[in-house]
Amino acid sequence: MYRTTEIISDGTKNPPLEGGEAGDFIINVGPQHPATHGVLHLVITLNGETIKKVEPHLGYIHRSIEKMCESLTYRQFIYVTSRMDYLSSHINNHACAMCVEKGMQIEVPARARVIRILMDELTRIASHELWLGAMAMDLGAFTPFFHTFREREMINEIMEDTCGARLTMNYMVPGGVMQDIHPDFQRKVKDFVKQFQRKIGEMDEIVTGNTIFQNRMKGVGIITREDAISFGCTGPVSRGSGVSSDTRKLFPYEGYENIEFDEVIETGCDSFARYMIRIREMQQSIRIIEQLIDNIPEGDFQAKTKAVLKLPKGDFFQRVETARGQFGVYIVSEGGTTPYRIKFRSPGFSNLSILDHIARGSKIGDLVAMMGTLDLVIPDIDR
Amino acid sequence: MTNEELKTTITGLLADASFEEGGEFLTVNVEAGAWKIFASHLRYDESLQFDFLTFCTGIDWKTHLTMVYHLDSYTYHHNIVVKVKLDAAKPEVETVSDIWQTANFHEREVYELFGVNFLHHPDLRLLILEDGWEGRNPLRKDFEDPVNMIKL
Repeated sequence: MYRTTEIISDGTKNPPLEGGEAGDFIINVGPQHPATHGVLHLVITLNGETIKKVEPHLGYIHRSIEKMCESLTYRQFIYVTSRMDYLSSHINNHACAMCVEKGMQIEVPARARVIRILMDELTRIASHELWLGAMAMDLGAFTPFFHTFREREMINEIMEDTCGARLTMNYMVPGGVMQDIHPDFQRKVKDFVKQFQRKIGEMDEIVTGNTIFQNRMKGVGIITREDAISFGCTGPVSRGSGVSSDTRKLFPYEGYENIEFDEVIETGCDSFARYMIRIREMQQSIRIIEQLIDNIPEGDFQAKTKAVLKLPKGDFFQRVETARGQFGVYIVSEGGTTPYRIKFRSPGFSNLSILDHIARGSKIGDLVAMMGTLDLVIPDIDR
Repeated sequence: MTNEELKTTITGLLADASFEEGGEFLTVNVEAGAWKIFASHLRYDESLQFDFLTFCTGIDWKTHLTMVYHLDSYTYHHNIVVKVKLDAAKPEVETVSDIWQTANFHEREVYELFGVNFLHHPDLRLLILEDGWEGRNPLRKDFEDPVNMIKL
């Protein structure tokens, strides 16, 4: 399962054997490994089968998006953010659009706000569906992958109709959304909701209730409440440890305060708790969609904005809840048409930092179960 | 605590703290030498308890650098922004990775992208950039790359 290559230390930058003892075995997982879901490179120090240290080596897909944004205008830079957490591209775009709107004090029409929330929640379901399939595949079950992709495909089709894209949407712009929803949008979303509710029980039979699956997840990768907060974990990773961290509840935006939904919290602290969070979160997203789909207000889908956007001098911060946790956009403006400095607080970056802490002392076979429930998306970490 | 109450408490801790007005969050400017002790007050004082470091990053103002720390409290749900001014030629500040463990990765990122030296950091080396980038800091404003296009 693992490529076991011994690293030859050249003694310069990261001497991998530093602090190691005789008998330690060092293996590389990645950068091209199916279980790392991208180009994450882990250098693992083992003693027998027990993990002594996990060292993430990042940067294989680093595109310097923050530097790039410094020469892009406030309309242009949003398109780059779709390429970070590509499974939550709507939500990334949403955060950036809101940050610019906050700086310029643009009032977003009610119709655009509802469309944005609908898109966000559809994205969250699509992301969790992909995670569920990939997670089960990591643990050796191939069938769930096809089941979850069947539902995800329906969402992708809805997105394709309205946004013209299936992955990098670029649909949300400062002031609203780029164009109105497709005439079929409501019908297709309702079809999807029906299909989802009919089939979610199937996943429980195949995966959740499966003894082998439960044995691989329960008691694995324990994150205590204190660690989750100290390591900056957000999203399902921290909510699995009993931290109430949903940005939609803590810092409501775009009208989430008027929508009925529950923040999903588990106190198991292990991989299985994080698994259950995502399953239950999908059902909450369905609940939000059901409330809004028949109540999309009439009106404009975009506010009238100037052709050239200029943010006043100062710094602006906006955070949203993506499928992986808290995503933040921090813009420092000098009053020009481009940001002076931009920082993206990506949830994956902080969630990854706890991997070494939880993996120490456990068996190497459990590492995949831990990484799977951290739900890492590498372009989001490297940026 | 409300921002006004926070202001009073912080002035009590740090007499020469100056506040920035007009922003969305309460913003306090702190001297680099006073930051570490102030940080542990923010984290451990019973009435403050800023237990969550959302992110920290640097800004290059050409004449100087600024470190920005965004802090939240899960206990009291108040938040604060701390700015620490650093010398551009020799940027140095104490690490806070022992107070908030997430700072470990965030400070390593700032170290390679801005060249800020975090004193007493347990593992200060490159995180994202490949070998040989030490001393060249891509997010500094004076950074030039003859090979790759970085400006449009």
